[in-house]
Amino acid sequence: MVQQKRIGERIFDVIIYTVMIIMAFSCILPFINVLSLSFSSKDAATAGRVGLWPVGFTILSYKYILRNSQFFSSLLVSLKRILIGVPYNMLMILFTAYPLSKSKQQFTGRQIYVWYIIFTMLFSGGLVPTYMVIREIGMMGTFWALIIPGGVLVWNIILMMNFFRSVPPSLEEAAFVDGAGYLRTLFSIYIPLSLPAMATIGLFTAVAQWNAWFDGLIYLSDPTTYPLSTYIYTVVNEASKALDGARISDPEEMRYLMTISDKTIRSAQVFLAALPILLVYPFLQKYFMTGIKLGGVKE
Amino acid sequence: MEQVKSKTIRRKRRGGVRQWPLHLMLIPAIVSLFIFQYIPMGGVVIAFQKFIPAKGLFGNQKWIGFENFEFMFGLSKFWSLLRNTLFISTSKIILNLFMAVGASLLLNEIRISFIKRSVQTMIYLPHFISWVILGSIFQDILSPSSGIVNTVIKALGGEAVYFLGNEKIFPWTVILTDVWKNFGYNTIVYLAAISNIDPTLYEASAVDGAKRYQNIWHITLPELRSTIVLLSTLSLGSILNAGLEQILTMYNPSVYSTGDIIDTYVYRMAMQDAQYSLSTAVGLFKSFISMFLIIASYWMAHKFANYTIF
Repeated sequence: MVQQKRIGERIFDVIIYTVMIIMAFSCILPFINVLSLSFSSKDAATAGRVGLWPVGFTILSYKYILRNSQFFSSLLVSLKRILIGVPYNMLMILFTAYPLSKSKQQFTGRQIYVWYIIFTMLFSGGLVPTYMVIREIGMMGTFWALIIPGGVLVWNIILMMNFFRSVPPSLEEAAFVDGAGYLRTLFSIYIPLSLPAMATIGLFTAVAQWNAWFDGLIYLSDPTTYPLSTYIYTVVNEASKALDGARISDPEEMRYLMTISDKTIRSAQVFLAALPILLVYPFLQKYFMTGIKLGGVKE
Repeated sequence: MEQVKSKTIRRKRRGGVRQWPLHLMLIPAIVSLFIFQYIPMGGVVIAFQKFIPAKGLFGNQKWIGFENFEFMFGLSKFWSLLRNTLFISTSKIILNLFMAVGASLLLNEIRISFIKRSVQTMIYLPHFISWVILGSIFQDILSPSSGIVNTVIKALGGEAVYFLGNEKIFPWTVILTDVWKNFGYNTIVYLAAISNIDPTLYEASAVDGAKRYQNIWHITLPELRSTIVLLSTLSLGSILNAGLEQILTMYNPSVYSTGDIIDTYVYRMAMQDAQYSLSTAVGLFKSFISMFLIIASYWMAHKFANYTIF
């Protein structure tokens, strides 16, 4: 009887472990495939012979990217976007979340501000009106169109606000007694206590800034000012352009193009664009549990 | 009386910390939202005009009333967009729910913590990669001529499948790749709910000699019901979002009949065909319906699950 039960349990375990491990690998196999493609020869890639290991190993695709100035100018735009965009987002989040974390007794007018902000989550003017506003204020085609229009992240403000509310009010009251004002309490009490929450939100906004591409596509027209994600979109969408742009004139270029394909170059670019996310992913995973708990489903 | 008086004085003093810094701190966000959210909301008047961009957003445009909307509702294309949007988004919601709940139940049964953590690390990953990158990867691996998936299908004796080129298959490719991207991340909420289940329930069932699959069915799943209901209710608000960024990176004109959604149409009409008024009208229709759906979903979530965001 006991023996039988154990066998049943073991079969149950085997099934569950197998299913979950297959599921887990299915989530990373596409990334391994793209990595292998980027190191494979043209023939193997176009024949569909590349699976989880490079076939006809070569680093020509990466060499080609090294000579692609568009890739690097886009990479710089993306880095600039993170360096400027994330602090901008964080300042907006802190300065908005803090007043809203006060009760309506403590902060006259809180409810009006809350509804003002919530309404932007309910309704939006849509693509064309937003586009026209950005055009008319002269932001079109500038780097700032990537930073400022979407700079107020309402959802993250809510997360931060909830976190601020979990700070014991007695700390703040003590500071008030000592004569501190709200601005001072924010900087000397709330921000130091919220560093883990800020790290979580900061990391998430950094990933979002890196991944954002649609705004670049509609607000920018000069491809050299595209962030990397937008550039990758144009590469994917018009796969042939990567090679057209190369202007096959000198024989060395010609030799390159004989041995690499669109597909391997694209794979290499895609892999490089995903690489920063893969590198920060361990930190992300450490923090996003906190993030979920912050925003968490309250019951 | 005396006591009441001293209470009001105390409250006044606490409120006596000057409030103006709080108002001041809110100014940047208020101004930014005004320019980039509220002015565009006013800009929806474009939908009621014969809009000429050179004259400016609030310039002297020609008003044509509901003509754009009449034209829109008369388009058979519009109804197909609506159908595609609803089909793709509801399928995504339902399948994501099933996969996420199923995966959390199974994950919860994994006792070896190293394996459990590794599986979690792997299934959360795709959520953080953008659709531009995933779109490109899927175009490669699903290609009928050189994709690894079709190589395998052909090796097994099957015919090459046009995952991204066949209009019957395309919506399913979109739905399943979305589930692939997000189900893992969606398990987090369910796993958190599972960890909150009262352990005495399992102890009691162990006394009754229940098997593990019986525990899953009779304890864990019913305990997850409120979370499932809440998340499904909240997803109602996004039912007109079928995934602009995903479809934009995966579709092509040969699958417009089943793969074109409201958002992609709004984008093409505005940015490629310069049909600003029509695009705004379709977008306004979507925003308007979505607003009521979001309000309804939050109202229900608040009423039934006591959920509040602010």
